[in-house]
Amino acid sequence: MKPPRITDTSLRDGSHPMRHQFTTAQVRAVAHALDEAGVPVIEVTHGDGLAGSSIQYGFSRTPEMELISEARAVCKRAKIAVLMLPGIGTVKEIKEAVNNGAQILRIATQCTEADVSEEHFEIAKKLGMETVGFLMMAHMRPPEALVQQAKLMQSYGADCVYVVDSAGAMLPSDAHARVKALKEALSIQVGFHAHNNLGVAIGNSIAALEAGADQIDGCLRGLGAGAGNAPTELLATVLEKMNLNPGLDVYKLMDAAEYVIAPIMPYQPIPSRDAITIGYAGVYSTFLLHAQRAGERYGIDPRTILTELGRRQAVAGQEDWILDVALELAREHQAHPPTHHEPVTAAIDVK
Amino acid sequence: METQPSSNGKVKVAIIGSGNIGSDLMYKLLKQPGHMELVLLTGIEPASEGLARARSLGIGASHEGIKAVLENPDIKIVFDATSAKAHVRHAKALSEAGKIAIDLTPAARGPYVVPPANLKEHLDKTNVNMVTCGGQATTPMVYAVSRATPIFYAEMVSTVASLSAGPGTRQNIDEFTETTARALEVIGGAQQGKAIIILNPADPPIMMRNTVYVIPEGDCDEAAITASIEQMEAEVQTYVPGYHLKNPPVFDIRDTPWGKRTVVTMLLEVEGAGDYLPRHAGNLDIMTASARRVGEMFAQRLLGLQQEDSLSEELSSSGVVSGRKGGVA
Repeated sequence: MKPPRITDTSLRDGSHPMRHQFTTAQVRAVAHALDEAGVPVIEVTHGDGLAGSSIQYGFSRTPEMELISEARAVCKRAKIAVLMLPGIGTVKEIKEAVNNGAQILRIATQCTEADVSEEHFEIAKKLGMETVGFLMMAHMRPPEALVQQAKLMQSYGADCVYVVDSAGAMLPSDAHARVKALKEALSIQVGFHAHNNLGVAIGNSIAALEAGADQIDGCLRGLGAGAGNAPTELLATVLEKMNLNPGLDVYKLMDAAEYVIAPIMPYQPIPSRDAITIGYAGVYSTFLLHAQRAGERYGIDPRTILTELGRRQAVAGQEDWILDVALELAREHQAHPPTHHEPVTAAIDVK
Repeated sequence: METQPSSNGKVKVAIIGSGNIGSDLMYKLLKQPGHMELVLLTGIEPASEGLARARSLGIGASHEGIKAVLENPDIKIVFDATSAKAHVRHAKALSEAGKIAIDLTPAARGPYVVPPANLKEHLDKTNVNMVTCGGQATTPMVYAVSRATPIFYAEMVSTVASLSAGPGTRQNIDEFTETTARALEVIGGAQQGKAIIILNPADPPIMMRNTVYVIPEGDCDEAAITASIEQMEAEVQTYVPGYHLKNPPVFDIRDTPWGKRTVVTMLLEVEGAGDYLPRHAGNLDIMTASARRVGEMFAQRLLGLQQEDSLSEELSSSGVVSGRKGGVA
């Protein structure tokens, strides 16, 4: 095993629990602290990637291009990464992000739909960016299927492809098998992005490392969607203990988590009732707050909504299905009031 | 060029492009010809299944693409279901030949048309563009709100079954979001439009789902907006039978860049008619059904027919609206 490259995505995945309300002052403080602690890559974007600011996902308080340029301005060593999802963002925003200081483009697709990303890889390469492919909701497909999709991204010019456990639905063996399959099939780097919905974000990241992962994501204090991601300060400490620390200052990261991120967090993401359900049902972690809001409005247990979304095989970005499901459940409940809490019955398919 | 538009009360039409879209459109024109007579389907692949199907159905077929269409002066309306690149060439040739082009590609040489919103404004044009599938599905609803109250912003999210998203869409997905967003502004009446597309690989495949969010400018009359939306649903259903609101429109107050505002949310589903493509391909169905509708309106204009009552006339003459009494809301 060799020390992985760490990407901190507090300022992107953390945008979800922050309800996309990051201010320029907050972004400067977080980026500065991460840079000082030796984190080599800092991701800054709306939670749903470039141009994610919308009714569907939530409007950004501060235009993301401003946040990107603020982060770039305070970093001495760290590179600035941005996320984009084809179908939400476009080449236009990629160019704008580059003009504002973005150096790495992470292009995310549902793990079966890599072929929508070709034009974006091409343009990023032309612009001189480092590129990362992000195969989201990777628990939904077996390793062989992911390999096919990762190879597409490799052929489009990806420098690295991530196995992304967007639903926090994987167990360590799932993470290991997927990363291993990609490592064996690709000539480029492989990364892993965890969510802690089942309480195994760090465990999965270690399993990914054991399978040969070159890059790992984290967020300070785990500030990310659902139960959050692998906490960067914790990841650094574990890597230190494994003699795999890539040059991170563990104490500085702990301080950044404690004194910079913790005071601005609206809540501490943990495997709470609804976040555990997300991991178990295998749905997108960002559904958490949206399902809670719909549950409250229509008087439905958010777990019932999330479980039904899992049964319908909802994928990344389908927040609008939450309202669909909530309205349908509300109608059913009116016709047949439930006498007790319904048990969680989703059968999830992690092979 | 001095031929009459019709010898049998119908206008002769042709389809260029023998792929999925062209084939589905062919079945729609046969099932519900209205005032059109499909005389020719062309492609560029001699062994194309689409051309073979046309022949077996007694329709003229040619693998010489646009050439065969240009050789027949009787053809007055041409549906182009090829590619943006090809249409740029076709547009010029069709215009010079005095034929009306209905463009199903993203080329957009002519104005965007969405039948219930702006088609009548463009019946004097010789080339019109069908926007995108998501544009056909959602622009009518944005228009329905904006005709009831002025709107700041409209956003649409289209979720399409992976199986029904072809290579054209996949290789150029930005075109979908950019074109659709523009249609929400230009035709829908929003000051600012935004479009999002998501491909869902669920098995069995999902129906096409569209969510439309609209932010009205001021205080809005919920009842008037709802009535306008429901009326629009019925209007679209006259030419896309599988189009429906899954739930009544939802009104709620949200934080927006314009402060706390009412957001109107419409949840739409499009079930394909299954004419040639499977039912989950509602995204393709709404394109071909809308194109057929546009062709019918042009045909009626060429025949000098009264257009005001054209819809009910068309529906009753086509005989496909069993169970309905012709009169449409």
